[in-house]
Formats: sequence, C-alpha cells, structure tokens
Amino acid sequence: MSHNEAAPAIIPCAVDFTQRTEYHDGIEAIQAAHKVLKEVAFTPSLPQKGYNDRTLYVDLTTREIREKPVTQQMKDLFVGGRGFGLWHLWNAVTPGTRWNDPENEIIISPGPVAGITQYPGSGKSLVVSISPQTDIPIDSNVGGFFGPLLKFSGFDALEIQGKSDRDVILFIDGQKGIIRVEDAPLDPPDSHVLAEVLTRMYAVDEADRTNISVVCTGAAAEHSLIGMLNFTWWDKRRGCVRLKQAGRGGIGTVFRDKKIRALVVRGPVVKADMNHPADLETIAKTGIKLHKEIRTLDDSQCKMRRNGTAHIVEIMDAYDLLPTHNFQYGSHPDTHKISSPVWEARCSQMTVDGCWYGCSMACAKGADGLVLKTGPYKGHMVTVDGPEYENAAGLGSNGGIFDPDYLLELNFYCDTYGICTITYGTLAAFTMECFQRGILNLERTGGLDLTWGNAEADLEMMHQMARGEGFGLIAGQGVKKMKELFIAKGWGDPQLINDIGMEIKGLEYSQYLSKESLAQQGGYALTNKGPQHDEAWVIFMDMVNKQLPTFEDKAEALYYFPLFRTWFGLMGFCKLPWNDVAPADNGTTSEPAKIPEHVQNYLELFTATTGIKIDRETMLMQSARVYNFQRIFNIRMGKGLRANDAPPYRSVGPVTREEYESRAERYDKQMLEEIGVDPAGKSVDEKIAITREYRMARYGKLCDSVYARRGWTPDGVPTMARLAELGLDVLPEVVAIVKAHGG
Amino acid sequence: MIQVNGDPLEWTPGMTVRGVLRAKRYNFPLLVISIDDRQVQRADYDTTPVPDGAVVQVIHLLSGG
Repeated sequence: MSHNEAAPAIIPCAVDFTQRTEYHDGIEAIQAAHKVLKEVAFTPSLPQKGYNDRTLYVDLTTREIREKPVTQQMKDLFVGGRGFGLWHLWNAVTPGTRWNDPENEIIISPGPVAGITQYPGSGKSLVVSISPQTDIPIDSNVGGFFGPLLKFSGFDALEIQGKSDRDVILFIDGQKGIIRVEDAPLDPPDSHVLAEVLTRMYAVDEADRTNISVVCTGAAAEHSLIGMLNFTWWDKRRGCVRLKQAGRGGIGTVFRDKKIRALVVRGPVVKADMNHPADLETIAKTGIKLHKEIRTLDDSQCKMRRNGTAHIVEIMDAYDLLPTHNFQYGSHPDTHKISSPVWEARCSQMTVDGCWYGCSMACAKGADGLVLKTGPYKGHMVTVDGPEYENAAGLGSNGGIFDPDYLLELNFYCDTYGICTITYGTLAAFTMECFQRGILNLERTGGLDLTWGNAEADLEMMHQMARGEGFGLIAGQGVKKMKELFIAKGWGDPQLINDIGMEIKGLEYSQYLSKESLAQQGGYALTNKGPQHDEAWVIFMDMVNKQLPTFEDKAEALYYFPLFRTWFGLMGFCKLPWNDVAPADNGTTSEPAKIPEHVQNYLELFTATTGIKIDRETMLMQSARVYNFQRIFNIRMGKGLRANDAPPYRSVGPVTREEYESRAERYDKQMLEEIGVDPAGKSVDEKIAITREYRMARYGKLCDSVYARRGWTPDGVPTMARLAELGLDVLPEVVAIVKAHGG
Repeated sequence: MIQVNGDPLEWTPGMTVRGVLRAKRYNFPLLVISIDDRQVQRADYDTTPVPDGAVVQVIHLLSGG
C-alpha cells in the first residue's frame, strides 16, 4: 500500500472502555491514617531554557529535605536525565555499596528537553540506582507524567537516599510549594489500586487529576529482586489511571527496601512553553513536521498508533527472531494468536493514546474490560496497558503461551505487583526449560507444573512471588541466582544450566533472538547495564541486510548506535519516534538506518530548547561522556571488564541437539563455508562443539574490535587518551580508577 | 537466479519486487529496496519486474523497543 492510500478500517473493539472495577471506597480512612512526618516549603519555579538549575534531595533516614544546585560542570559533562542520575549516584555510593545499603539512591531525572509538548515522545524520565540484580548502576527509561511535572514544579532531578523506618509517601506539591513526607500505614500495596487512590487523594478536584502523577510499585517488589516502578498519568477519557514502567534492574525492589510506598507530584497545569525554550517557534515547526509525517505515513509503515510496538510480533516470527521456549527457537506456528491483529481488536482504539502530551505516535494501548481469572483480584474487571512487543514475546511465546487473555493477565499482574515484564518473561521461560529438562520437577517447584504454555502455573508462580512464598520466592531472585542455586543443589549439569540461563551481569535478556547475529550478540553483551535492546538493535543490519560483513563494520555499529541511543536518555526523549516512522524520502539518504532527518530534528530541538548549538559530533560526545563514565562506574563497583561482558552460550549459538537440528542447514553451511570443516559424517554433538568453538572465538574477536573502536583497552577499560578526549580527565576519582585498571 | 542481500534466490518469469518479498518472507514495513542500484518506491513493489540475474538489496531499517 502506498502512503497516500486509505488506511485499512480499524477493527472495532466491543468492550466498553469506561467500565472497570473501582477502588474508591476507603480513601477517607487511608487518608486519615496519613500523618505528616516532615514538611518543608519551597519556591516553585519553571525551567529556563530547559533547566531549573536545582535538584531535590531527600534523605529518608533523617528526613532531611533540601535543594542542591545544578552546576555548570554537571550540565557540561552530564547534560541531564541519565547523566544527572549517574553523577548523583557516583557521589552517593562507594565501591562497597550494595543495593540495600542506605546510601544507595534512586534518582529520577527527565532531561532538559523533556516536557515539551510540540514534538512526539518528549516526556521521558530516566531512573538510576544500584541494581539488586547486577550490583552496578541500572538506568531505566519511562513515560508517564511524573518527570515533566517534577521539572515544572522546579526540579531537574529527584534524588532519594536513606531508608525510612515505616512506609511513607513523598508528596511534592508544585502548585503550593510544599514537600511532605507522610506516614502511609494503610495504603494498598498494588499499583492499579494505589495509583487510583492517591490520584484522587492528592487532586483537589476532578480537573486537577491530570496534574497528579504517582510513582509506585507492588507486592512482588517486596519479595523479589526484580521490582519495577510504575509512573502514572490520568486518562481523562477512560476516567482511570494509566501506568508506564521503569522496568529493568529491580529499582522497584530498592524503592520498597527504602519503605517508599509512593512518590506523588502535583504539578502546574501544563502549557506549551513551560521549558521557556530559547526558540519556541523552531520547536513548534519541527513538531508539526513530524506530526504530519506520522499522520501521513504511519498507517502504511509501522501502525504504531494502532498497535504500538506489538506490530513487530509477527515480523520477528517471520524473521526467526521471536524468542520461543526460552530463546531456543525463533518462531512458532501459534504466533498468529498473539500477533498485532489480535491486539488491535483487543485494545480500545477510540482515541490518541499517548503517555505524554503532544505525542501523536501514541503507542500506548489500553486493553479494557479484562476480567481476571486468578489471584487476589480474581473477578475484577481491569484496564491493562499493552501488551508491548516485549510483553507479548516475553510473557507469551518465550514461555509457549499463546492465549491472549492469559497473556494480558500476566501483563496486568506484572504491572500491579511491580515486576518487570521483560525480566519475568525471561526468568519464567528459564524455569520452564529447566522443568522440561528435569532440572526442576514438581517436588522442586512445590507442585507448580511449569510445562511450556501452562499459563495458570506461570500466574501462580507470580502470585507466590507477590506473597513471598514457595517457588515464586526463588524465581523472583532472577535467572543468575536461580542458576547458582540449581547448580549448588546439584539439580543438573552446570554447563547446561549456565548456557540456557539468559542473563549477563545479572540482568535478564530482553526479547530478541541474537544467536544468528554476531553484532547483536555484542549489542546485548557489550552494554553497560546488561542485555537490554535500548543500546543497540542491529539484527536487521547484520543478519538480514548483511550491511556489517567485517568486524570493523560491526564495531562501528556498536560504537554509533549505543551512543546515539544514550542521547535520548540524557534529554527526556522516547526512542520510538526516531525510527518507528521514517520520512518518505529517507531511502534516498546516504544512511537510511540512522534516519538522518530525524537526527537533525533532535539537534534542532536541543538547540531550540537550551540555546546551545550542537552538531552530530557534539551529540555523540555528549553521549560518550556519560556512556564511558557509566562503564568506569561499573569498574568502580567491581564489574565492567571484559570478563563481565561474557554472554551465555544460548545467545551465541545452539546449545542442544534440538536447537542445532532446527537450523541444521544454516549451521552445516557455516561449518563448511566459514569454519572449513565438512559436517558430513559428524554427530550432532560433534557439530555443536565445533560450532561453539568457532562462534565463541568470533565473539572474542568482536570484543577486541568493539573495545578498540570505543577507545578501550583489550580488557574493556576506557583509556586515558579517551578520557582526555571526552573531558572526563577533570574528575580525579575517574582518572584513578582508569589508571588502576591499565587504561 | 537473482541475488537478494547477497544470497541466491531462484528467479521465476514475471517476478516482481512483491514476489521477492514474499519468497523471502520479508514482511517488515520499513524497507529501502534497490534493483541493480536503482531504488524502487513502495508504491511500485507490485508492478516492478525483477530481471533474471538482478542484484536486489532489501535494506530493513531499525524498529522495535
């Protein structure tokens, strides 16, 4: 279909999107139990050229609340968002700090451009903490209104340290200029209830609900290491709260360990010019251009407005990239049951559905009218966001679950219990494969029949996680700790367990099959925080387009894309409007994969907001400072070297006979043409061993090439020369760490 | 025989760009396609013939989460 043809008719959703179980009863009693433990006044302000030049620091142990200045050096070196988060965290912790030490922090920072309403995808926040899963900094990006409303209340970041001795709510009233820590003894634990209650409690009237955003988690965050944070916004049309997630790395677990029940911000009414940008006209003009592009092209391109990222479920299946049965296979005959037409019909499509003002890409998709079959909310009718691609793949195909209603229920409970859907999907798939291979059995799981596709057992494992009991408690420790436990108990072959447990640095893989793309193996393993696709998604370039034939080509891609994508997290941008729609003439540019016109848009938006002129090189330098700083931060915390970039073999090649045989033609061809060994007459086990040796050696060469391109030593340490290029040599402790590790 | 992203694909008489995409199961929407270095617009996929011996590039852009 060409871009000017009529869009296909929307498949109608029969569900009434205004109906759901309500949770208003008892708000008065909950509110009456809130006691003010500390209250301070502040002067609300709006940013000037994107910055307030102050952050808000809260110590929950001492209940100290104070403002901290944002220095020019902070802005020059770290820009904002993830950069500010990492800098605050660096100053708060020592090499010995672990996730549950009081000095660990949770920092939320939206970035200088965040909050503009003219350009799609401009409401993101970055959350940074020491992760309970990896023991190194984790950064997680999230939509919802909290970050922009925090900024429009007067703060470029919120820095929370210490631990409370009781459950508390931190309330920031950006209209009245009040910050309160409140005792919250009766507040409900789970997000879909708590967020509804708090939004109503802190809004002065119905119209004010749009000015409220809540950050909260749920019961499972208290009993697992994989807790996430929900960031809310009020959906006026539905009359309910919606949730977006800072999912990766267990920040929700840190949140509950600090006994934070919720953060609530009440910001001012949002208007078009609240960043007080240097050049509003350019921002508006750039936004109009992209709005028009989305309106004209989205229906013939990715259909993000109808399906969100779920549009790639069937695409990943067709390219043999959809993780199936714990990343063993890349497609499944039942994928059509969870592919985008199913979600298009299941999600209410009545309106633009975005997680911040002005986003015409509008990929948030509310599935209304879900009646729950299990758990503490059995029989309740709820609205759940999703599923996004990662949820459909992780909670669905990766565990062999192809029932859309069960998949939505898994998604709902992940959200309300406060656990990461990506992490849960990968760890559940791991337990299922362990069950298949006899590493687990009914006795070891306490009766959970974790057969592929058993959604009820999968849900029960999640409910156990939320209750802090049974096998769910073990699963909630994540794949890395499960591997260690199963090996220690002698439940299976240690090599097999390590090969099939899909984690690096302690973080579970996100939902793409990387084993046939060497570049993507690096795209996952050579990341700072662990295997998340938001640094570099290069499978198509490498495996399908064959644009990266040499190690140098792959290294260049793994240099550019992680830096380019880091930049979104410094600014407050969402990645999706960059490349889930492309200008009509994008194909005529020299580097269509980079979407040059959109890159130019971002440069103009930064300059128009801050007044600081930058070009493409400066953009990459801004990212490279933060990226290399994070690598050095990892080294400081005892990781971040070559040994920590080692992938599980499942992500590199076939572990089992079934896997080899499922792609025997591909592997035999590689053996004959690339390795120079004739596979004829060899047993499958022999062929697996030959392939493994070759592929792991190839991965080692990739590391050499990527480290060299990034300006790192062969052990993965940024060199002093690279530090000097980036201007990070002005930080003495950074220099000392690099020197101590031979950089 | 034609080459598609470096791999051989059997040519059939009357083959169009759409036929190549179908044969390769390429269902991704953000593509930049060229035949012997000449770019083909999306609107012309159904009608553009692919000659025997052609070198076809189907560049998939990036997408996803």
